[in-house]
Amino acid sequence: MSDSIINLSYNIPANDFTFAGEASSNVKKMLSQLGINPMVIKRAAIAMYEAEINAVIHGGGGIADIQISPEKIFICIKDEGPGIPDVEVAMQEGYSTAPEYIREMGFGAGMGLPNIKRYADELQIDTEVGKGTTVKITININ
Amino acid sequence: MDKYFHSVTLDEGRCRGCTNCIKRCPTEAIRVRKSKARIINERCIDCGECIRICPYHAKKAISDPFESILSYKYRIAIPAPTLYGQFKSNYTRAHILSGLKGLGFNEVYEVARAAEIVSEATRRIIEEENFLRPLISSACPAVVRLIQVRFPNLIGNILKLESPMEVAAKIIKKEIINKNIAQPDDIGVFFITPCAAKVTSVKAPYEKARSAVDGVIAINDIFLKLTNAINSIKPDKSLEQAGFEGIRWASSGGESLALGSDKHLAVDGIHNVITILEEIEKDRLEDVDFVEALACVGGCLGGPLTVENAYVAKTRLKKHIDNAKKGHVAKHIPFDKYEEIIWTSDLKHRPIMKLDEDIAAAMRKLERMEKINMELPGLDCGACGAPSCRALAEDIVRGNADETDCIFKLRSKVRDLAMQMAELEAKMPPVMDRNMTNNEGDDRK
Ligand SMILES: Nc1ncnc2c1ncn2[C@@H]1O[C@H](COP(=O)(O)OP(=O)(O)OP(=O)(O)O)[C@@H](O)[C@H]1O
Ligand code: SF4
Ligand code: SF4
Ligand SMILES: [Mg+2]
Repeated sequence: MSDSIINLSYNIPANDFTFAGEASSNVKKMLSQLGINPMVIKRAAIAMYEAEINAVIHGGGGIADIQISPEKIFICIKDEGPGIPDVEVAMQEGYSTAPEYIREMGFGAGMGLPNIKRYADELQIDTEVGKGTTVKITININ
Repeated sequence: MDKYFHSVTLDEGRCRGCTNCIKRCPTEAIRVRKSKARIINERCIDCGECIRICPYHAKKAISDPFESILSYKYRIAIPAPTLYGQFKSNYTRAHILSGLKGLGFNEVYEVARAAEIVSEATRRIIEEENFLRPLISSACPAVVRLIQVRFPNLIGNILKLESPMEVAAKIIKKEIINKNIAQPDDIGVFFITPCAAKVTSVKAPYEKARSAVDGVIAINDIFLKLTNAINSIKPDKSLEQAGFEGIRWASSGGESLALGSDKHLAVDGIHNVITILEEIEKDRLEDVDFVEALACVGGCLGGPLTVENAYVAKTRLKKHIDNAKKGHVAKHIPFDKYEEIIWTSDLKHRPIMKLDEDIAAAMRKLERMEKINMELPGLDCGACGAPSCRALAEDIVRGNADETDCIFKLRSKVRDLAMQMAELEAKMPPVMDRNMTNNEGDDRK
């Protein structure tokens, strides 16, 4: 049923920390207006936040597309940045290529991707060096 | 008790509907309707932000009148340490506490003393490593309520220990009864409060069925009387029982400092508190075991019912802290088990933002809301009585407002209507139409 799906789309500006996290915080607000279980909201909000921040910091900005149905939340964060050479390595806790100035801002602990994995029910990362990265996250509502 | 008792209320006569308060409210609980502010009861957390912001003093806090102490035979005052910061620094705590007795209280017990007990219990909980990181202080009831309505995932992080106010009331009541000084029914314990949130927490407690406090008197209600009493009484030094650790609780950072570890974070001001709670919810706060979060800027010294400026009060409190350091003060009242002061009931999440019980219906409303929001001017001007354009869109789908409440929407509607009228006006009935302005029904062409 197409009328019971909410489609949202946000622009994720590159390297702009004043807006970083805005899309996920909007989505979080909407999920609580839908009365979704707080734990599910938390998982969706963190997973999306981490992917969004990655697009800001590593991906040169991108686009977030979200679909919410009564059964699940689907989040797709797409950038046209440098891509990830070795996803398996990038998924490891503590692995980060974030430069010093980013670390000073409190990012770059190498926990983003592992956290996304931890909180997502399904995770798919499509990436190609020089082309970009697409992170697809599914969170089941029930 | 009312389902949602609130100390914060509106003084209708004073309210001019200026819309100053609607934007400050951290839970978007205020709307202006018919030129009067309305508080949405389910949403209000009694933080008192609106009391502070209102230029016409139309928001007030209901507390008990001083005379209500007369309905008890044996009257005990339990002052918040914030009270000490309200007086010129040549008055010692002995002056202030004796002054309270001069006003008609049979006994005084410093809440600061009970604060030391809560600190001790907190240290033990942290030592036992028996908690969700980070532990969030429950000292400020406005913050606890904020968590209840906006941060349900953090309910488990709340330090479930009774507040120093409750602990003080419990201890002193027990003592008076054990010593056979008065009968339980004759004892009235009165908290001298810096804020509305504490009044609500006594009248409608969340941590247990019934508060041990019998009445709550606002600092700004008692201040003048107390000043007079202090000037006509001999100070009794023996009333000073609390140590500096407890007195320090009045100021932001005081509760954390008492824990003796640097893995703490102290945040004050309700909007700053929200920022930190959001960080915690995102799992982004590292290396912090304890978060002290107070709704008022500066901590309780900045409470909405105080009389002195929070920064001035802080300097004054410092004197009391230093004096307590020097003087002989009772060390922590020892107790073996902190179980006695653990909450007996728990918080339940109240989803105030939910648009509908049914998720499919909520989704339809959300979609409509987004559509309406897109068409609003996005100025967040407040003229519609809602805190933002988005909030108006939400009110519309909830059936509590109309699109034309937006003055820009109203204007464009009026313009459309005016144009339609002008068009209509220009049309002539065919029998009178010499210039053939009305071509309808004209088949000659
Ligand atoms: N969208 C992306 N484009 C390019 N590289 C990426 C992208 N997302 C992640 N990476 C790479 O994967 C590494 C690990 O990402 P992860 O999110 O786990 O950690 P981080 O972003 O470095 O630090 P943290 O998320 O803890 O702030 C990054 O340092 C980066 O090299
Ligand atoms: S007390 Fe706080 S929550 Fe209640 S209406 Fe005022 S600003 Fe809003
Ligand atoms: S910070 Fe203190 S004075 Fe302010 S609302 Fe909380 S408990 Fe009351
Ligand atoms: Mg990251």
